[in-house]
Amino acid sequence: MAVTNISGKKKNRWAAGVTPYAEMGYYDADYEPKDTDILCAFRLVPHDSVEPIEAAAAVAGESSTATWTVVWTDRLTPYEHYQAKCYRVDPVPGTDQYIAYIAYDIDLFEEGSIANLTSSIIGNVFGFKALKSLRLEDMRIPPHYVKTFQGPPHGIVMEREYLNKFGRPLLGATIKPKLGLSARNYGRVVYEALRGGLDFSKDDENINSQPFMRWRDRYLFCMEAVNRAVAVSGEIKGHYLNVTAGTMEEMYERADFARELGSVIVMIDLTIGYTAIQSMAKWARRNGVILHLHRAGHGTYTRQKTHGVNFRVIAKWMRLAGVDHIHAGTVVGKLEGDPNAVRGYYDTLRENKVAVNPSLGLYFEQDWASMPGVMPVASGGIHAGQMHQLLHYLGEDCVLQFGGGTIGHPDGVAQGATANRVAVEAIIQARNDGRDYLNEGPEILEKAARWSPELRKALEVWKDVTYNFESTDVPDALATLTV
Amino acid sequence: MRITQGTFSYLPDFTDDEIKSQAQYCLANGWAMSVEYTDDPHPRNVYWEMWGLPMFDLTDPDVVMREISACRAKFPDLYIKLNGYDRTKGRQTTMLSFIVQRPKHESGFYLERTEEKDRQIKYTIRSYAKGQPRDSAAIQN
Repeated sequence: MAVTNISGKKKNRWAAGVTPYAEMGYYDADYEPKDTDILCAFRLVPHDSVEPIEAAAAVAGESSTATWTVVWTDRLTPYEHYQAKCYRVDPVPGTDQYIAYIAYDIDLFEEGSIANLTSSIIGNVFGFKALKSLRLEDMRIPPHYVKTFQGPPHGIVMEREYLNKFGRPLLGATIKPKLGLSARNYGRVVYEALRGGLDFSKDDENINSQPFMRWRDRYLFCMEAVNRAVAVSGEIKGHYLNVTAGTMEEMYERADFARELGSVIVMIDLTIGYTAIQSMAKWARRNGVILHLHRAGHGTYTRQKTHGVNFRVIAKWMRLAGVDHIHAGTVVGKLEGDPNAVRGYYDTLRENKVAVNPSLGLYFEQDWASMPGVMPVASGGIHAGQMHQLLHYLGEDCVLQFGGGTIGHPDGVAQGATANRVAVEAIIQARNDGRDYLNEGPEILEKAARWSPELRKALEVWKDVTYNFESTDVPDALATLTV
Repeated sequence: MRITQGTFSYLPDFTDDEIKSQAQYCLANGWAMSVEYTDDPHPRNVYWEMWGLPMFDLTDPDVVMREISACRAKFPDLYIKLNGYDRTKGRQTTMLSFIVQRPKHESGFYLERTEEKDRQIKYTIRSYAKGQPRDSAAIQN
């Protein structure tokens, strides 16, 4: 794609035809990003015939003002202002990859619209022939743009105050089997899990309104279960009623019904799309209902190291769009997640200011300008015997979701729930007592299991379950260290 | 019935040494401690009675233990909890809250159902203990 004209001389900027993007102003090594710019870090692998800088400039061009050929209508605009500028291209040692840093003026984007932001940044460039692959690794969203979004309807602090639960991770379980239970049987599992000690139970991402269980029936039985469990425990409990549906109107209908029944929380899937998520965020704020987001489908574009969108970017978009919970990895469970990368996601979701940190995969600092934090949810193949590791890796402000690890308990669902609750409280107590809970974790849990038969059984059943697979996606700073 | 509000309700009731250790953790974090008590542990009762003001600028956990003891002496059969509060920007909330005394008999709650149209049920949770109007002066500090 290296385009030069036949004479080999540099072509006039406005001559008709094709001019390299880098020569059209989309690469400027001297550009100093403004505080108001939106910054992106892209990992790109250029086609063999394309210079890395030209490839990076092409990404800047096609994600802002450019098309494939010179157009005179650019001259009707202050185009320098609207052109995205690639200002830095770094090779990734030991690979054919480059990290390209691109700055976008804030004027390129509509206020408060994830759809607009993403249509620009990832709208067109990922299919570009000049690139073998492209991945959006990170974004810096300036406070000026952050402030145009609603953000989480409640946030971590408000959620805790609303639920009256402090000082420990919240506990949840996804009802299993995920498909096939009738509404009445489903509600039974909800009741058992909640009365046993969990704070939340959850619909799975694909529980919507199928022939075996229609949404309205499920909501009625689940709320009976939730209220029974509140009465027997004296504690606030909730079930994430999934309101995901084929149209926005149906989602509103379901969410309104959930609110009318007194549910403290509803849930949506990432598959409903960014605009629908933002609409539900407004609904949740307006109605005082916590909003849980399941990241269904994200693995299709977040997992591969060299192509797609890193999950930390999705996490940022979702904090802006406005959800109270988002699934963000477990480190120790069955799903993909390098410990450092996951830590980067959790920091991005929870902290007010996040510093550059290559070992966590954080390319930019991020100032959230007091936008409330999102509660990360750890779900997928975790159990009570890992509680010390979960607290170590994920911290206190998260929801630990034990689906199989509750419902698969040999003595019953409530017993599984109790095992998890005893384990988390025992580890929190030990941490607060100043003990080295990560290393002494097994001992601490063993000791609690002496008086808790529920925990003893859980430890026996799952003691050897671990998922030691190498991650497909590790931050460069660490990958480079180990090669 | 054992109500399970609070950070440590699934563990056996803490000894005073265990409570003190948790207080020590809160103080080391610079959190203000407070003691609250109630005869009405309804899950939506946010405002338990305050046993004095929150203890700001405290470093000695023995002071916390003394306040708990005094509260227990005055209200031996009420619920008492200990809270740690972080005033840091962005938190400005409770960080730890756990029950340090329970009544000898925890009377629990019953679930009242009101059947409405279209199979809907309205739920109300009532404290058994709240059957009769109480003399509110009796639990004022």
